[in-house]
Formats: sequence, structure tokens, C-alpha cells
Amino acid sequence: MSIKNILLTGIGGQGTILASKLLTLGLIDAGYDVKMSEVHGMSQREGPVLTHVRYGEKVFSPIVEKRKADIIMGFEELEVLRNLDYLRDDGKGIVIFNRVRVNPMGVQMGKEKYPTNGEVLIRERAGKLIALDGQAEARELGNPKVMNIILLGVLIKQLGLEDFDWNRIIAENVKEKFVALNQQALQLGIGFE
Amino acid sequence: MKHLITGDEAIARGAWEAGVRFAAAYPGTPSTEILENISTYSEIHSEWAPNEKTALESVIGASIAGARSLAAMKHVGLNVAADPFFTFAYMGVNAGAVVITADEPGQFSSQNEQDNRNYAKAAMTAMFEPSDSQECKDMLVEAFGISEKHDMPVLIRMTTRVCHSKSIVEFGERKDVPIKPYVKNIKKYVAVPANARPMKVKVQKNLELLKEYSNHCIWNREEIHDTKIGIICSGDCYLYAREVFGDSASYLKLGFTNPLPDQMIIDFAQKVDHIYILEENDPYLEQHVRALGIECDGKNLFPSNGEMTPEVIRQAVYGSEYPIDAELAEVVVARPPTLCAGCPHRGFFYELGKRKGVMVSGDIGCYTLASGAPYNAMETTVCMGASISLGHGAQQVFDTIEGEKPRVVSVIGDSTFFHTGINSLLDSVYNRSKLISVILDNRITAMTGQQENPGTGYTINREITEAIAIEPLVRAMGVQNVRTINPNKLDEVKETLDWALGMEEPTVIITRWPCALKKQAPWDLEEFTGAFTETYFVDEETCIGCRKCTKTGCPAVVFQFDKKKSSIDPDKCVGCSVCAQVCPVQAIQLMEA
Repeated sequence: MSIKNILLTGIGGQGTILASKLLTLGLIDAGYDVKMSEVHGMSQREGPVLTHVRYGEKVFSPIVEKRKADIIMGFEELEVLRNLDYLRDDGKGIVIFNRVRVNPMGVQMGKEKYPTNGEVLIRERAGKLIALDGQAEARELGNPKVMNIILLGVLIKQLGLEDFDWNRIIAENVKEKFVALNQQALQLGIGFE
Repeated sequence: MKHLITGDEAIARGAWEAGVRFAAAYPGTPSTEILENISTYSEIHSEWAPNEKTALESVIGASIAGARSLAAMKHVGLNVAADPFFTFAYMGVNAGAVVITADEPGQFSSQNEQDNRNYAKAAMTAMFEPSDSQECKDMLVEAFGISEKHDMPVLIRMTTRVCHSKSIVEFGERKDVPIKPYVKNIKKYVAVPANARPMKVKVQKNLELLKEYSNHCIWNREEIHDTKIGIICSGDCYLYAREVFGDSASYLKLGFTNPLPDQMIIDFAQKVDHIYILEENDPYLEQHVRALGIECDGKNLFPSNGEMTPEVIRQAVYGSEYPIDAELAEVVVARPPTLCAGCPHRGFFYELGKRKGVMVSGDIGCYTLASGAPYNAMETTVCMGASISLGHGAQQVFDTIEGEKPRVVSVIGDSTFFHTGINSLLDSVYNRSKLISVILDNRITAMTGQQENPGTGYTINREITEAIAIEPLVRAMGVQNVRTINPNKLDEVKETLDWALGMEEPTVIITRWPCALKKQAPWDLEEFTGAFTETYFVDEETCIGCRKCTKTGCPAVVFQFDKKKSSIDPDKCVGCSVCAQVCPVQAIQLMEA
């Protein structure tokens, strides 16, 4: 198979790191070579987080090249826009995007404007766009924090990996009292369309 | 079993497998996680040192005492530790010793982009450059063997991508390496000139012997495919080169890079038509290859700054364009990191930023963010500890000018003060400048992710230890004017700044309140009663939309542009009350529990 290139992007505290960890554990279980790279130095201070995941038979570089991402999964709208030039430009790129806006400091101070036409720009560049209000979905499950796992479910479906034993992977990597909730969230994401 | 781990985690695992017994470090991105992970192995005594110099010196002692030892630091940390590093290379080891340097091509969280491979050459130590996590682990284990066999510390040069990328690693078992007996050996361990002169000759001889190793070890290898292009590379550049050229080029992958394998390079050059040298930062390999009389393309084609990503290589070799998506570029706005909600630096910098006639010399930590909007309250940052000594020099000059003399306020965090700020304060006190030094004591090393330090009362393993008290320390250093304040109380900050600006001699302000992300110790809970337990809200009826609260730069304060009213995110607010203190109409109120 050819190598799959995935980007997960968001801001600190949204759970991108756990989502990408679970994903890569599943990929290793399935026997793929996997590489992952994270830029998260400022993630605790409201800064952006960008995680590169690449898998296939043999992977060399840990970073995704511009215009080569098969899927961008964004936890926040502006962060999707910031990294949208990574998306493959042959009309086959997929964007999974959580409809959430978090104002950066410049917007907060009234010096800059949050893009108003973000979703249009994303739609124009993506072969397929799956937009959801992950937080609302998560709240319905009883905890807004599992938004990341719902999104992970959507990603897994798009990658065609829904048959892996994700329940076991969650059980082994999530605090016991949250296991059932996370398993539920993942199934909700997988079933989302 | 396969494990997907970062380079930093792999180094930690390698240390365990190599039988390391002692490890020391000062936190610094991207090296911090090395010691954090090492400290999870009970067989290895791990320590956060006050700075990289003391870390390395304790490692030298541990090696002399007979234990395999390791020091880890970011690239600029090796500048601090350079003094012992050079002489350690002369005297050599008893048990093996390895120094890890984590360089930062691309400068994700650093003040410069120096290439520490130059240190191996300058100090005359062996060096490895791993490209992925498996190599991090395996090379570290090998490095201890080299260190002992050739009687020298070994440098392992990592880069941010190697440190923070995850790849698959097969684990090995721990080698039981007993403590070697210590033998008194003045000629070996006392670097006075008479002893050091023969030491240098010995090191040069050992390096000469290592050339043989370099030409035959498994870490340097040829991969011959198509021979029109030959690529000589090290570190993560090998991965990027493979990504770009695949089997359409041949490779000389170098993992052991001091001394370099001359014969191997000459042989490889004969097999290929044209050579590219792919390396991040300096032309370290290139200069060596050219000195062997081999023609190549290196920094004439590839940049010597930033990361050597596949995009950069494609652009340089094939002229590939990555056109900027203008429509996106126009709307995408920056998301700079900010001080967290409840950060104790906010109140202090909010007030300091308003002062006229002062120059603020800064340092390295979360508070460096105060150089940005909305505070714009920091004017210099050089290196760890520089705030006070730089400020001292500036104040001495300002005091000689005619007319209005600017006052210098130096700001430094608790961990940075312990690192090298203490020496700087001595300079200011000894040479009597009327510098105002502010020690922003948030009770933790925050920027790198909450590491313990000499002031916190805990070791890396959260064993209770002496908590060095800053105020008595500063007084003992001869500072007469010292005040400790709560930085969340703006009136107290204001009054204290007035007091300090009225002084004509060295003055110290200590702002003491814990980092909002810190796991509070029992004594914190006792001292900072009620901290982070409250939440404020905006009474929309009262709010006049003046946006003064947003000028505090708190991420919990959200201005609703549609309603022209402020609001506070209850999930983020931890009740520092700074926004409530700046509100002119008391619209921001404490939420009743």
C-alpha cells in the first residue's frame, strides 16, 4: 500500500495528543510501520498543536509534506485553515472538522478578525468535508471532553480501520472509569455520517 | 514487542539497558523528557540539577566514582556546561559517560539555532547522530562502550524532530554493569597544566584510533541503489532524503560523526556521479568532505537554517514550488501562546507594562511571553540568567547620562534565578547598581512543563527535600531592600513598584504565587489558601463594553463582539481576580459557590 498521511490539528487541551496516541497504537497492532511527529511546545499556553501521523509498509520521514495529507482532522476551525495547505490538491483530500471557534489573542484584543468564511474555504479545497459539532455530540454523551474520541471515530471510519479492536486499545490506555464513555464516543464517531 | 516511542523516551530506555546508574539534567525543550523518563527507572538515580554545568559536573563525579552516567541538555545548555565538557574530554572517564545535546533546527522554542556537532569536534569527543528512536536507544548503549574503551565522554546529538517524533523500537534487557572501583589517580583527574598536556596527546591518539571504528562500524553505512546521485547525510536528514529520492539515489548514512569515516567517504564518492550533502544547520559534513578533495553540492544549494524537510530538499534540487494559497494566507491569523488563565505573571506585567521611563530586561521562561501583546513589558532576552547582569550593565550606563535616567527592571523566574540568576545578582550587589531585580517565583519550572527545582521542596521523584527560600538567600547576598508580594493584587504591585523605583541601591522584589498548572504541594495549599478555587463572571447589565478586562490578556476573558459585552469562560477561569480589579464598573464579580 502507499503511505497514508494524516494531520491532527487543534489547540492545547482539546485532546489531540490522546486521539493520535490511540490511533497509532491501533496501527501498530495491525502491523503497520508508523511514524508520528508532534509540535506541542506551547500547547499548555493556548498555542496550536499539530500532529503528523504517517503509516504504511515502510515509513521514513515522520513529517507530512505540504499538499500530501490524505486527511486533515481539525479540532478547531482556524487551525484547520492554518494547515489546509497540507491537504492533497488533487480533489481527493478529506477534511474532518469540528465546528468550534476559539479566538486567538489578536482577535480577543480587537486587532485582528477571526475568518468568517472558513467553512467555505475548506469546502472549496477538500474532496470531502465532514463537519460536526463534536462538543455538542460529546455533551449529549455526558462529557464534553470526549469530543476528541468522537472525532477519532470519524477519522477511523474514513481510514477504513473500524474493524480493529479499538475497545481493547481504549481499555488499555484510558482511566478505568472513563473507558465505557470513550468506547461509546468512538462508536458514535464511527457511525457518524 | 514493538513500542512506538519518542527519541527522548528511547534515550531513557537506552540508558536503562546500558546499565546507567546516575543521570542529571536541567529541563530544556526538546530534551526535557529524557530525564523525566529516566526517572521512572528505579535503577537509575536521577536528578534535576540547578543548571547544565552542575548537571555535567555531577556526572563527571559519578563516572569517576565508577557508575555509568548521563547528562542531558538542550543545545544552549551545552554552552553553560561547555567549561566542564572540554576538560572532561581531556581527563576521560572511569565508568562510561554520555552527554546528550538536543539541537533545535527551526528554533521551535529556543533563542538560537547553533549546531552542537561543532562541540564534539572542538572538545575532541566521539559523537553519534541518531535519526530515529531505535537508533537513539541502540547508539546510546553503544556510546557507553565507546566511552569506556576509548576513555572519553561521548556526545549524542539529537534534534527536535528526533527527540519528539515517535517511531517503532524493539526493547532489549538491562545490562548489569557493576560500579567500578574508584582509584585515586591525580595525574588523570587533576587537570593542572602538567597533567593536562599529556591528556591532550592521549585524546588525540584515542580519536585517531576511533577513525578505524568510524570506517567499519554499523552506524555508518552505504546504501547503493541508482548511482547518478549520491547523498551523504546524518540524523533526520537521512529520513527526509529517503523520502524524496527513494531508490533513485545512493546513500552514505552517517550515524557516527566524530571522527568521520574518511575512507568510507572516499569509496562512496567513487561509486556515485554527483554528491549532495544533506545536513541541518552548519556545513559540518560538507567541510570535511570538501577537505578530502571531493566535489559536492551542500550549502551552496541547501539552506543552513531551519529544518531540512522533504519540501526544502525538493525545492532546492528540483525547484519544486509550493505556491502560497493567497486566499488562505489572507484570512489566517496567528495564535501566539499566551499566559494561562490564572497565571501569576499576569498581574505583575499588567502593571509593569504601564510604567514609563523604565527598561525591562527579561529572561527565559513563560514570562518571556510578556514581551508580546498586550503587555509589551520586556525589552531584552538573551540567555538564562542574563536579565539581571544585562540590566546591571545597562543601569550603570544610564546612571552616567545627563538628564532623565531610565531605570532598569530585571525580571527572572525562580528556576532561572537558581540556574544562573544568583551569580548575576551577586554582580549587581557587589558593583552597587541601583538595579531593580524581580524574581517571579511561581514555585515551579513552568515553561518546560512543571519540573521541580531547588525552591519547590521536591526532587524529581517527588521525595521531600530542602526548599531553598529566595528571600533569605537574597538578603544573605547583601540586598537590603527586599519585598515579597502577591502579584495578583494590583494595588500591592503598584505600591511596590513605586517603592522600588524610589531606591538608589540594589532592590529585589519577589512575586510569590504558584503557577496555575502546578500540582500544588501540601505546603502550597497551606500558604496560598483558596488559590484556583474560585470563578468570576461578568454581569452583563453592568458591563459597559470598555474592554479593559481583555487588556489583561487572559484567555478566559472573551469579548462578545455581537453584544459588545465581556464574558468569562467558567471552565478556564481559576479566580485570580486581575480582570475584576481592572474593571472600572465592578461588572466582574465572584461567583458564589
